[in-house]
Amino acid sequence: MNIVVCISNVPDTTTRIKFSEGNASIDTSGIQWVINPWDELSLARALELRDDPASGVKKVTVAHAGPASSEPTIRKALAIGADDAIRVNCNPSDAYYTAGQLAAAIGKEGFDVIICGIESSDFNGSAVGGMISEFIGIPSVSSVSGLNIDTGVPVITREIDGGRESVKVPVPFVAIVQKGIAKEPRIASMRGIMTARTKPIKVHEPVDYDSLTEISGFEKPAPRAACKFIDADDPAKLIELLQNEAKVI
Amino acid sequence: MESRKLLKSGEFLVSSTEAADVFIPEEFSEEQKMIAQTCSDFLQTEVMPKMNDLEKSDRELMKMILRKSGELGMLGISIPEEYGGFGQDFITQMLVAETTGAGASFSVAFMAHCGIGTLPIMYYGNDDQRQRYVTLLATGEMIGAYCLTEPGAGSDANAGKTSAKLSDDGKNYIINGQKMWITNAGFADTLVVFAKIDNDRVLSAFIIEAGYPGVVIGPDEHKMGIKGSSTAQIYFNDVKVPVENLLGKRGEGFRIALSILHMGRIKLGANVLGAAKMAINDSVKYANERKQFGVLISSFGAIKHKLAEQVIRLYASESAVYRVSRDINELINRYKSECGDKHRASIDAISHYAVEAAILKVAGSEMLDLVVDEAVQIHGGMGYSAEMEVERAYRDSRINRIFEGTNEINRLLVGDTAMKRAMKGDFDLFGEAEKLFADIDNLNDGRTAGESYHQEKKRYIGNFKKLILLCIHGSMKHFAKGLISEQEVMNNIANMMMEIYLSESMALRIEKLETIRGEVSVYRDILDVNIRETANLVRKEATDAICSFASGDSLPSLVRAAEELTRVSFVNSKDARRRIADKLIEDNSYKF
Repeated sequence: MNIVVCISNVPDTTTRIKFSEGNASIDTSGIQWVINPWDELSLARALELRDDPASGVKKVTVAHAGPASSEPTIRKALAIGADDAIRVNCNPSDAYYTAGQLAAAIGKEGFDVIICGIESSDFNGSAVGGMISEFIGIPSVSSVSGLNIDTGVPVITREIDGGRESVKVPVPFVAIVQKGIAKEPRIASMRGIMTARTKPIKVHEPVDYDSLTEISGFEKPAPRAACKFIDADDPAKLIELLQNEAKVI
Repeated sequence: MESRKLLKSGEFLVSSTEAADVFIPEEFSEEQKMIAQTCSDFLQTEVMPKMNDLEKSDRELMKMILRKSGELGMLGISIPEEYGGFGQDFITQMLVAETTGAGASFSVAFMAHCGIGTLPIMYYGNDDQRQRYVTLLATGEMIGAYCLTEPGAGSDANAGKTSAKLSDDGKNYIINGQKMWITNAGFADTLVVFAKIDNDRVLSAFIIEAGYPGVVIGPDEHKMGIKGSSTAQIYFNDVKVPVENLLGKRGEGFRIALSILHMGRIKLGANVLGAAKMAINDSVKYANERKQFGVLISSFGAIKHKLAEQVIRLYASESAVYRVSRDINELINRYKSECGDKHRASIDAISHYAVEAAILKVAGSEMLDLVVDEAVQIHGGMGYSAEMEVERAYRDSRINRIFEGTNEINRLLVGDTAMKRAMKGDFDLFGEAEKLFADIDNLNDGRTAGESYHQEKKRYIGNFKKLILLCIHGSMKHFAKGLISEQEVMNNIANMMMEIYLSESMALRIEKLETIRGEVSVYRDILDVNIRETANLVRKEATDAICSFASGDSLPSLVRAAEELTRVSFVNSKDARRRIADKLIEDNSYKF
């Protein structure tokens, strides 16, 4: 059984986002790029399964749609432990385009389990995983917080309202995972870093898909208003503020 | 192998360097960045969450964390692959030292293990000793410590009383003595111990396993800071050490001790960078959250001044650390190709740069003290609370001025080593100084029309160097062999040398950076303020030195030269510092 983990190249979560070109694009100068946190957890779980002989997982591949400048992030995934990588040589512009490119590349390779993080920490679209399954024509399971392999059959735990659900899924399928899939990201070992330089990255040229969205501009959310403390003995003040200032009652 | 000119240690006093020939942190490879990221991730996940327990001197916890870092390969960075390590180059070793510097007490335990605990065996041991010990130290299966200091032998290490006598059957040395301030004492498996065999005048070194009968570990000392690192006395009571565990040759101990201290000093220079970056990040984050008088305190000029000063000092140290790292790296490669013992090549190259090692140690430790002091001040009353990271950082920082050779000893080494190397013929210091002195009444600041920004900065730095040469020349003429005893003058010389080396490194870094990224004004602000401050300091130190040795006609000539050679253009330091602080405030962390 082979697993592919789709990884996105996102700004480090401490980055202060700035815009350029009249707020029409994100200013990428000085940004530290990292593996999307949900994808990093997905990779950690995939590697745990591969390292467990009972799971039957033989190989973990990472797949990424992006330009050559994102290869350091792919190399980091290889250092963490992925066996090889696929990169679609393109500049993703929306979820539809990204999913189409990844599906075209992954679909050719015959993976059993395709794992996508539930969202990326930059655009937070939460759409790529589901779209990949539609492009390839295989099932997808969302809200996955646990993934095990029981005698060759994936057993998934997913979060549902009021509890959890356990489902068995035939391969191939797409798992759209959220936090809980692994306890914490795996740290690249020195040996992993040394061996990453020799692991193969297969580059696919993009297929002909159009973007379905157009970005007209970016803006930052309004700064959070200051917190007001009200004396516990003065509920009238609270009511007055809720009525006249917050205007919620 | 690159063909650039490699300056000898201290030669920067009489030679200039091209910007293209220095290594700058902006040139780290992706692999080096990944290694640093691993160290940083390890600190975040395995060390910082356990810091409160570590601070209670939990020896077993520290040993467990060290072992975990070994599983990731962090303990084997400097060790060749044939002995279980990863054989990384010296620049990478320094980057790891920097990154782990943010790990507070863990950093001390880590550096002691990887450096003074392991490398004496790596560099001076034979193959059998390396196989028996280094392979296990590289993976964390064994933890190492280094035992040099004794109650009566601190800075004067050769005064140690610990003795070694060959047993009657000739199979063991019997060691007796007491060592103190031993880092990692509480959980180390191997000890590199210095002792005198019979009545030798000089030290020899031994590898002693902590489990040998007669080795007694004392309780941990109650320290001001780095409370999580185990520091204790170790007693050796008739400890039988197999003769195979003599490290190096008999009588080679002092050389081993000094060489390892050079290495420790230079890595300390890198280590403090990580601690300083963390303190600066804490400072700016707090200043960006704390409001007084209805506004964030980061908007106040007085706070911006502190933040900018933290940045400038750190940037200078950082520039110097990686400049010399590349020099050492190239010298290691050169020695490896020239001599048979590739392991000795590393320590010989590191030891060669003794002047720069002492500079980085003193300048770095004092930079960190300033940074953490201002970090506490920016935090105001909260900075005095033990709940805040900066309170611990403030206490932890202080030891850096004391261990790895006190800053007083290292200041003496800066000037003294440079002069000795010049006397040995490594470079022409005295001839240049003589020429300058002969022409002293014609000295001027050398200004020429149409010079570029960077040419102007190079001229200033060249002038500062001329002034040092005049001070060295005058003080040697006056005090002759007694100069080393004139410690105040030696301090004046060292202070000038340190500031100039750091300023030059910063200027070269920014000049090179501009060839990569184009001109970014905030870096010029950093350099402008730094050069101005260096000029002021060099003038003061030079004048103090001159007044202590010059008299008659030479006194006014030298004082005039000091004024002339430290003349630099005026800078609106207030606005420049504000712009530097504004970048820090905007980024909310150190991203220079």
